Amino acid sequence: MLKLPIYLDHNATTPMDPRVLEAMIPYFTENFGNAASRNHSFGWHAEEAVDYAREQVAKLIGADAKEIIFTSGATEGDNLAIKGVYEMYASKGNHIITCTTEHKAVLDTCKHLEKLGAEVTYLEVQPDGLVDLKALEAAMRPTTILVAIMYANNEIGVVQPVKEIAAIAKKHGALFFTDGVQAVGKIPVDVIADGIDIMAFTAHKMYGPKGVGALYVRRKNPRVKVTAQMDGGGHERGMRSGTLNVPGIVGFGKAAEIARTDMEADTARISKLRDKLENALKQIDESYVNGNPAHRLPHVSNISFKYVEGEGLMMGFNKDIALSSGSACTSASLEPSYVLKALGLGDDLAHSSLRFGLGRYTTEEQINFTIKAVTDTVLKLREMSPLWEMFKEGVDIDSIQWAHH
Amino acid sequence: MAYSDKVIDHYSNPKNVGTLDKASKSVGTGLVGAPECGDVMRLQIQVDEATGIITDAKFKTFGCGSAIASSSLATEWLKGKSVDEAVKIDNMDLVEELNLPPVKIHCSVLAEDAIKSAINDYRKKNGLDELVFEERIH
Repeated sequence: MLKLPIYLDHNATTPMDPRVLEAMIPYFTENFGNAASRNHSFGWHAEEAVDYAREQVAKLIGADAKEIIFTSGATEGDNLAIKGVYEMYASKGNHIITCTTEHKAVLDTCKHLEKLGAEVTYLEVQPDGLVDLKALEAAMRPTTILVAIMYANNEIGVVQPVKEIAAIAKKHGALFFTDGVQAVGKIPVDVIADGIDIMAFTAHKMYGPKGVGALYVRRKNPRVKVTAQMDGGGHERGMRSGTLNVPGIVGFGKAAEIARTDMEADTARISKLRDKLENALKQIDESYVNGNPAHRLPHVSNISFKYVEGEGLMMGFNKDIALSSGSACTSASLEPSYVLKALGLGDDLAHSSLRFGLGRYTTEEQINFTIKAVTDTVLKLREMSPLWEMFKEGVDIDSIQWAHH
Repeated sequence: MAYSDKVIDHYSNPKNVGTLDKASKSVGTGLVGAPECGDVMRLQIQVDEATGIITDAKFKTFGCGSAIASSSLATEWLKGKSVDEAVKIDNMDLVEELNLPPVKIHCSVLAEDAIKSAINDYRKKNGLDELVFEERIH
């Protein structure tokens, strides 16, 4: 029996794996110690659990446990990495390179630093969502201290050429930071092979708890340091003060371990479902898949259905299917997704997009239901759409003088 | 954000979706909004020239559920009204009837604009001066 509603918004967050919850429970009650309490067994137990989780998390990304700094999540990680590098390496330069499709936690952090004297280059992406390596190379300056490019995009799922980006940064003596939130736990990420110096990621995107994340900070070739953004007890090698969220960290560790052991099987199954969904929805006239299809996360599909508006579209099935739209009809600005606009999509296509994010518990039955519901709603709304009627009559919609609001 | 039952009802069972002959002298057409803004409304009225009564109204809307509901409700209200009465339909009446939240008020403004634009189109076709309405910020 199909249970509704169906959750297809796994880029926003994931449900916690029951195995993760089971691992966490003792650390709320009997093993409640503060990992920084060095003089009694409660503290030792907690510290032991954190050390074990640190190993589990490190192993997922090919890092050493000492290189993992626990944080409250990836927004904190992004802030700590970028602001921390800017402060720590101020004597080397003040130039940062990022791109226009980054998460707001990166973009707004860069904007904040601009006010403090940083120079920031925001690289445009190509129409398929990938960074142009030649443009990156051209943007490098002697004062460039950091290249901050995400591993995989949250809205369209494109995976950036991380190795090549890292090599360019290294060649010019800059550090490479990547926001790995969407990629870690979903596709193989190896900080050594990829040449990553700093990376932020979080537990709740990989079936772990919310409120806990990690920052990978390389210790060798080169040894990287970031200036702490919170003062306090000097936890986490002095880079992130604050009592450790032991149950959260334990859960993060377990989630990382499961992601590592199950990744291959999960990916094989989920990508098959994603392809089925995408191929079926591409059958609808005037539907377009956004982002480079060959360099993409296996569980994500972003599709624009021209001549219907995304939020109106979602309303057709949002009591049964949870997903996300690039339309911003609810926001006061009425601006559609800046990521889709950065690909060069017209506002009309950006307004018409849906993001499907599949996950570990997505079933074929759910995908079949979704295909039907989305197709039916698109067709129904097109019958109601004046733009569809004009398109069918051969009217060039771009030639109309629209009254802008 | 949850939609009101009335918005959901109009969205699920929209009234008067369709197209009238825009070349006809007795039909007024209003096309407002812009694809870039995520809302385009086309509202049409059929007027009985002898009585000045709106005998039919149709719409097609590209937009969110509230935009669809606003135009659907507007067509319902238009039918049976005289053109002079129709001019008086205020967007806030639509907001109230549909329980639109503040971020969706622009949908009702668009519907009001569509009504006025359709009426002016009808007036123009019939040799009447176009009515001048206050500029509104959406």
